[in-house]
Amino acid sequence: MNRWWWKIACIVLLTYTFTAGLLFDVPRVRILNETIRNLYFHVSMWFSMMILFTVSVVNAVKYLRSNKLKYDIRSRHFAVMGIVLGLLGYSTGLIWASYTWVDPNNAASASFGAIAREPKLIGAAIALLIYLAYLVLRDSVADLDKKARVSAVYNIFAFAFLFPSIWIIPRLLPSLHPGGDGNPALNYNDIDARMRMVFYPAVIGWTLLGTWIATLKVRTTYLKEKNLLS
Amino acid sequence: MLTLFKKDVLLEIRQQYSFYGVLLYVASTIFVLFLAIDAPESQVWNGLFWVIQLFVCINAVAKSFLQESRGRMLYFGALVSAQNFILAKLLFNSVLMLVMSGLSLLLFYLFFGNPSLKPLQFAGIVLLGGWSLSLVFSFLAAIAAKAQQNAAIMAILGFPLIIPQLVILMKISATSFSTEATVPVTALLLLVVLDILVVLLSIILFPFLWKD
Repeated sequence: MNRWWWKIACIVLLTYTFTAGLLFDVPRVRILNETIRNLYFHVSMWFSMMILFTVSVVNAVKYLRSNKLKYDIRSRHFAVMGIVLGLLGYSTGLIWASYTWVDPNNAASASFGAIAREPKLIGAAIALLIYLAYLVLRDSVADLDKKARVSAVYNIFAFAFLFPSIWIIPRLLPSLHPGGDGNPALNYNDIDARMRMVFYPAVIGWTLLGTWIATLKVRTTYLKEKNLLS
Repeated sequence: MLTLFKKDVLLEIRQQYSFYGVLLYVASTIFVLFLAIDAPESQVWNGLFWVIQLFVCINAVAKSFLQESRGRMLYFGALVSAQNFILAKLLFNSVLMLVMSGLSLLLFYLFFGNPSLKPLQFAGIVLLGGWSLSLVFSFLAAIAAKAQQNAAIMAILGFPLIIPQLVILMKISATSFSTEATVPVTALLLLVVLDILVVLLSIILFPFLWKD
């Protein structure tokens, strides 16, 4: 946990994402135009959200296997960082949609009803609601061990539902959102080689940033709960 | 496991107030709806029906774990394994919810008429849906009971989880309101796979909730 090389990697990758993402040449696509650069931020944030949630679940499983509270603390903080990245994903998506989906003849708020019906948005909302419910559940139990156990169980159970809601259902419903068939952004036809050069580092960079913040919070909690963990 | 199932059934027969309570809940919500709107079109009908199903399910299933006192849980803990216990609960709640689904479907037909063009197919979907709902909420009831919370936390935990299933259910059931649309088999299979997943997860995860 005290190794530092990946923190430098995080800074380098994100600096690269910001400079290359804003300066490099991008393919011209109708309607999207320059907003296509948002791919490096919007899509990669959702990717890293899923990665962080996965880390959270892995820690929940580890907790149930070992009954060590440190895994529970990790599981919680990674879930919180996942929620933060999800919210960031929403806000970047908001910016993107306001240039591409919004009906330019009306006020932006008039298009909200139509846009909010988007299956991908609903799936993402489900993901965030699940983890917010997870936090509520955690706070509702006073006993430390019981809290850890119950919330780990819910975490695993909920994660099993997260996958259908994010990856399967949006594909069964009609959608305006790109990436309806195949694997969005992983498909070779979807994005241009030039963009892939920035996109993958961006995903890693955002994930590392999330991990960094989460580990900081984990470590402060370790210090606070020192007497419980020893 | 069967013994436990029998015990739940017996308890239900002896303490009929809870069963009738849920029954009354079903009847009164549908009656209120009947007073509020007359002759809804098929899409509204479908939407209302599944929302009512959702709330009926929460009410019917919530008490299954909450009714067991701490002492009785310990007693069961000494007698049977956790897997058998959760399986018995799932079975009982499934049966309960199937009965409730059937009843609310009948009441809906009675009060709002039958806009469905393929009633048999719709009834089948309703039973499958009721079963899916009951499985998910049984496990959530177990979690809520462990957190010593009321049905409110169950609703908070359950709603985001159940939305995907409800979306699939509404999508499938909408097909029985038109003559040309056929049931999407993939969606149906997905629902069944999710149900199996819930049962498996319950069997794996419940022992962790069980031990105190």
